[in-house]
Amino acid sequence: MEQQVLDRLHDIVGPDGVVAHKSARSVYDCDGYTLEKAVPELVVLPHSTEEVAAVVKFLNKAKIAFVPRGAGTGLSGGCLPVEAPVMIGTSRLNKIVHIDLLNRYVVAQSGVVNLWVSNAVKEQGFQYAPDPSSQQACTIGGNIAENSGGPHTLKYGVTTNHVLGLEVVLPDGEIVTLGGTVEDVPGYDLRGITIGAEGTFGIVTQAALKLTRQPQAYRTFLAVFESVHHATQTVSGIIASGIVPAALEMMDTLIIQAIEEAFHFGFPTDAGAVLIIEIDGLAASLDPQTERIQAICKHNQAREVRIARDDAERMALWKSRKRAFGAIGRLSPNYCTQDGVVPRTKVPDILQRITEVSEKYQLRIANVFHAGDGNIHPILMYDERNADETRRVVQAGKEILNACVDLGGSLTGEHGIGVEKMGQMPLIFSPEDLMVMTQLRSVFNPANLCNPNKIIPTPGGCIDVTTPRRQVPL
Amino acid sequence: MENPSFVDHEKFFDCVHCGLCLASCPTYVELGTETDSPRGRIVLMRALQEGHAQLNDEVVQHLDLCLGCRACETACPSGVQYGALIEGARPFIEEHYRRPVLERGKRWLMNKTFPNPWGARVFALFLKVGAALGLARFARAEAIPATLRYWFGLLPERGSVSASPLLEHYPAIGEKRHTVAVLSGCVMSTVFGATNQATVKVLRHNGCEVLIPKAQSCCGALLLHNGEKQTALALAKRNIDVFDQLDIDALIINAAGCGAMMKEYGELFKDDPAYRDKAARLTEKMKDVAEFVGGLTLRPPTREVRAKATYHDACHLAHGQGVREQPRALLRAIPGLELTNLPESDWCCGSAGTYNLTQPEMAARLLERKVGHIQATQADVVVTGNPGCLMQIRAGLRQSGLPITAVHTIDLLAGAYED
Repeated sequence: MEQQVLDRLHDIVGPDGVVAHKSARSVYDCDGYTLEKAVPELVVLPHSTEEVAAVVKFLNKAKIAFVPRGAGTGLSGGCLPVEAPVMIGTSRLNKIVHIDLLNRYVVAQSGVVNLWVSNAVKEQGFQYAPDPSSQQACTIGGNIAENSGGPHTLKYGVTTNHVLGLEVVLPDGEIVTLGGTVEDVPGYDLRGITIGAEGTFGIVTQAALKLTRQPQAYRTFLAVFESVHHATQTVSGIIASGIVPAALEMMDTLIIQAIEEAFHFGFPTDAGAVLIIEIDGLAASLDPQTERIQAICKHNQAREVRIARDDAERMALWKSRKRAFGAIGRLSPNYCTQDGVVPRTKVPDILQRITEVSEKYQLRIANVFHAGDGNIHPILMYDERNADETRRVVQAGKEILNACVDLGGSLTGEHGIGVEKMGQMPLIFSPEDLMVMTQLRSVFNPANLCNPNKIIPTPGGCIDVTTPRRQVPL
Repeated sequence: MENPSFVDHEKFFDCVHCGLCLASCPTYVELGTETDSPRGRIVLMRALQEGHAQLNDEVVQHLDLCLGCRACETACPSGVQYGALIEGARPFIEEHYRRPVLERGKRWLMNKTFPNPWGARVFALFLKVGAALGLARFARAEAIPATLRYWFGLLPERGSVSASPLLEHYPAIGEKRHTVAVLSGCVMSTVFGATNQATVKVLRHNGCEVLIPKAQSCCGALLLHNGEKQTALALAKRNIDVFDQLDIDALIINAAGCGAMMKEYGELFKDDPAYRDKAARLTEKMKDVAEFVGGLTLRPPTREVRAKATYHDACHLAHGQGVREQPRALLRAIPGLELTNLPESDWCCGSAGTYNLTQPEMAARLLERKVGHIQATQADVVVTGNPGCLMQIRAGLRQSGLPITAVHTIDLLAGAYED
């Protein structure tokens, strides 16, 4: 990086706001998606919206591309610096600015950790509903970029349903407010199209987040089945009965074994599949629903249906589920989590296809997913030191996503396209669709300096991952 | 360049780079730099071991800044043994990296002081003189530089250094239930004599015969944290020899830092045929005092302690040993005591062994954060299970001029038993 660029950025954010040392930058070479790595030439850590704006304004003028980064927990390489020399981290924008319980919203900076928001209003009986499994570390800014979901999206919706307004630094450095702190702001929903744009429309610096009342009561079940087929039948049965569970999660044998080893919750390691079913709401409404859910499980040959006895047991169950991805580290040095969607009834079909892929490529694949909305998360295990295995993982992942599309589904439920699935966008979008998206992006990001080479494949800009470039590059 | 291997290489592959540890790491949350996060440090350590990175100022700075609090291990879903990784890197740094002269002097002094009986005595004398002169009151003197004020704040109260030394044997009070030994500890015995007395008192009141062999030594934890592995192992061997020959049900440790380290004796000596079995056997018997007493059917204390208390989880107790509920249960058993929740109770206070001596700036930042939370609870007393935390938190409370005291869990519990 040229000295004068460095000097100018120093002037804006101060010397402690620039990470320039080669070794230090190397830790920013990937996020939770580790198949592809690239070290930024410079990492800038602004302390305020104004600093973000000044940095972006300068970079725009100097025609230097940049990429935003939150906590780096993403799973599609959304913050990978591909031909973008400067990385702008939001880790210092970590203040909850304002809490308004009467109007039920919180204003938080984009580097605030998801769980901190709920923790800040917990005692008063509120919560921020979107709960991605990485919520203990992932940031609000990243959640907005990826329009993150989580186990409870089945009932509560995803990030976009809980964001009232955004403060965004546009790619030319202008600070704008999209939406507001009230519902239904008139005009085009620019807030809506920015959420899920994976950081290609600008850098979100602050957001007004809707608060939801904590449910009065919960009932959480662990239902054990001999086969995935029976578990899927149960999922369909529950939905068909008119019950809207807060969460409906499925795990297969391999993942049950991994998380049992990690957390010792008491999962049956010989089961074909387990379902975590949660209902919430008014205490009086839960007993009749409980009876119906138990009946549906029994009807579909559940071996056992356990109910969490108290809040501690419920929390332990969710902790096991939410940390399932990481628990895979006990089985394998590396993994790649896929994120596809199929119609709910096609879950057994996609799992069959995944089994075939697993055999074809000689890879271990564990499945843990949001069964209620057909959002699958096959976890492909590999060892990055084995180049051939790594190549097979990339191929197998693509084949699974192709199968999702074949079955009438989609490429991503909640992890985003990032760099990972860019190449497969043409599977579900026509060239015209992609052109329209590019034109829309140009409205916000005309020079394509803000998070380039993401989401929309462009000739020459699309990277085809075939080999791990290196181990730990420094 | 291929650097010599300082830790079992496979341990690096437990980390799947998910990043769930980030927000649990105090230095990352304070600084916002991923080089100061557990995941980032693992990347740096792996690069060192694989020879992709040189042992330069930049890398060492980030590894030095790690508190070793192991909050990341609690957060990690993948079972990364972060403690083992950083403890492996530290001796490697000490051996191959040349620190600035002042820094080297400071570390040399610390490594010579604590494990050496004479060094410990000089240290104790220093603290006693400071305490007798009441120097702690200068913690708030505006005219003195901040660092010096902080040092004064670390000095003990007048009373606590003058407690009478422990005897080698105490009989149980009432019906005898167990025979236990107590680690008297280097810092504990010099600066926290009163807490050692309190430990003996609580154990005796709960039917324990207590043995305190004079031949025992410092546990070696402070040395290990500073990368002085060989000296630490020698001290550990001495303790194993001394305690293993006693016929005891448990070895009681009242300093969380010592407990966390000693519970690793089994792992430390797993490749040493002469000590492997002895170490494993003794490790089984090691219990933090709150863990042990909390596991007994408590003989209910009868004296009222009218106060509002809040509990700070010492890192080496909560993250290092998984002891979280037992100390709180003991406090709830004290008649008249109201226990209130401390936000971020399991965040490091910045003490972290000798961290407050080696990294005073970050230690002060974390202390400020901790004191802010303590103040907000409006408690009269903050309770914790580690001498380092006690000194650190006391210094913070003094600097802020808050009328809040900091005591060991067992001090408060002992006060609730008749003399």
